[in-house]
Amino acid sequence: MINKVVQSIEKALIGVESEMTLMFGGFGLSGIPENAIKALSKKDIFNLTCVSNNAGVDNFGLGLLLKRRQIKKMISSYVGENAEFERQMLSEELEVDLIPQGTLAERCRAGGAGIPAFYTPAGFGTEVAEGKEVREFNRVPHILEYALRADFAFVKAWKGDAAGNLVYKGTARNFNPLMAMAGKITVAEVEELVPPGSLDPNTIHTPGIFVQRIVQGDKYEKRIEQLTVRKKT
Amino acid sequence: MALDKNQIAQRIAQELKHKMYVNLGIGIPTLVANYIPKGIDIEFQSENGVLGMGPFPFEGEEDPDMINAGKQTITTLDGAALFDSATSFAMIRGKHVQLTVLGAMEVAENGDIANWKIPNKMVKGMGGAMDLVASADNIIVAMMHTNRSGESKILKKCTLPITGVSCVKKVITNLAVLDITKKGFQLIERAPGVTVEEIIKATNADLIINGPIPEMNL
Repeated sequence: MINKVVQSIEKALIGVESEMTLMFGGFGLSGIPENAIKALSKKDIFNLTCVSNNAGVDNFGLGLLLKRRQIKKMISSYVGENAEFERQMLSEELEVDLIPQGTLAERCRAGGAGIPAFYTPAGFGTEVAEGKEVREFNRVPHILEYALRADFAFVKAWKGDAAGNLVYKGTARNFNPLMAMAGKITVAEVEELVPPGSLDPNTIHTPGIFVQRIVQGDKYEKRIEQLTVRKKT
Repeated sequence: MALDKNQIAQRIAQELKHKMYVNLGIGIPTLVANYIPKGIDIEFQSENGVLGMGPFPFEGEEDPDMINAGKQTITTLDGAALFDSATSFAMIRGKHVQLTVLGAMEVAENGDIANWKIPNKMVKGMGGAMDLVASADNIIVAMMHTNRSGESKILKKCTLPITGVSCVKKVITNLAVLDITKKGFQLIERAPGVTVEEIIKATNADLIINGPIPEMNL
């Protein structure tokens, strides 16, 4: 077994520099690498290009990096929950590349899977297709989209072992397995770092080969963005 | 009387067929899940990675690791499955999801839809909407017939940046059910008590009207 364990989130961030492209797993606030983001927000690293489906909220998740103006460009599909983000975008302080969600997921997957580009029907005829190659397959127009890779990918899993094998919980899986594949260096933070051999190989979601560093997360706030419940009758 | 949002959802639910996989968008579409007709088995897909989505959790049982695409806390039903975002959009692009219900800011008579951006004013992003409308064979738009200023959201041509081209098949609003045909909007049903004249007045596009138009049956 190749041991990927690092002892602290600070050690897991060694080598992250200004101007880099970073990926962050998560959908909304679910399954985001909370500890890595918090630690990055304390470092003097700027002009980052960040790939993440959403941009956090004002005081949590990627909102922390936005507040310190560490992000130069965001590549996302939906950014509606963050007032500071909207302000920076509308004032053009922040460069934003909005991408259909399925295209974003597939671009990450392709990046990790050695597929340089692919055709998708999503976005044909819209602003998203401007300047892109169009080709018809079975009489349906598709646009060419390129794979995405990152200098570092930060993902969060429920359980992981020293080999870097990961298991996610619920809908916190989302973009994490795809971004784990697309990072030149993938840092996985886990709620529970378990002893080797205790994860059933049949149930691994991300095989350890995609993970370079694994770290036990300090603590997880796991904020809920939209609490919706029903009353017990 | 024009319908309220729950009644729009109730009317849309009549479009659900046995054994359909359905993706519901944020807003009115989410409410459709409350009105599944008896005797029909449906599974709801949420594009963040769940099939077999159930109702909201009971108070105190919410789980931050279990949400829908609107970031609301949810539950799963027996037979549910969880997956990553690429697999989720494989279901959508691969046409395994049979029906998509989503909201819109504008719909045009050729089936174009706009729902992701108001230039220089509101730019939240398209989320999964562009993938959904580009691939689903059956797309129903659920929305109010007019916007807050009273202007028709049913148009000859969209004025806002579009989300997808010639994709919407049916529009269900607080006033009417409209099919989108090769010749444009065809009025199919009207809300109880709403006259054809009222619908024509609230619509900024031509309507095909064949014979007497029945009231919705709610």
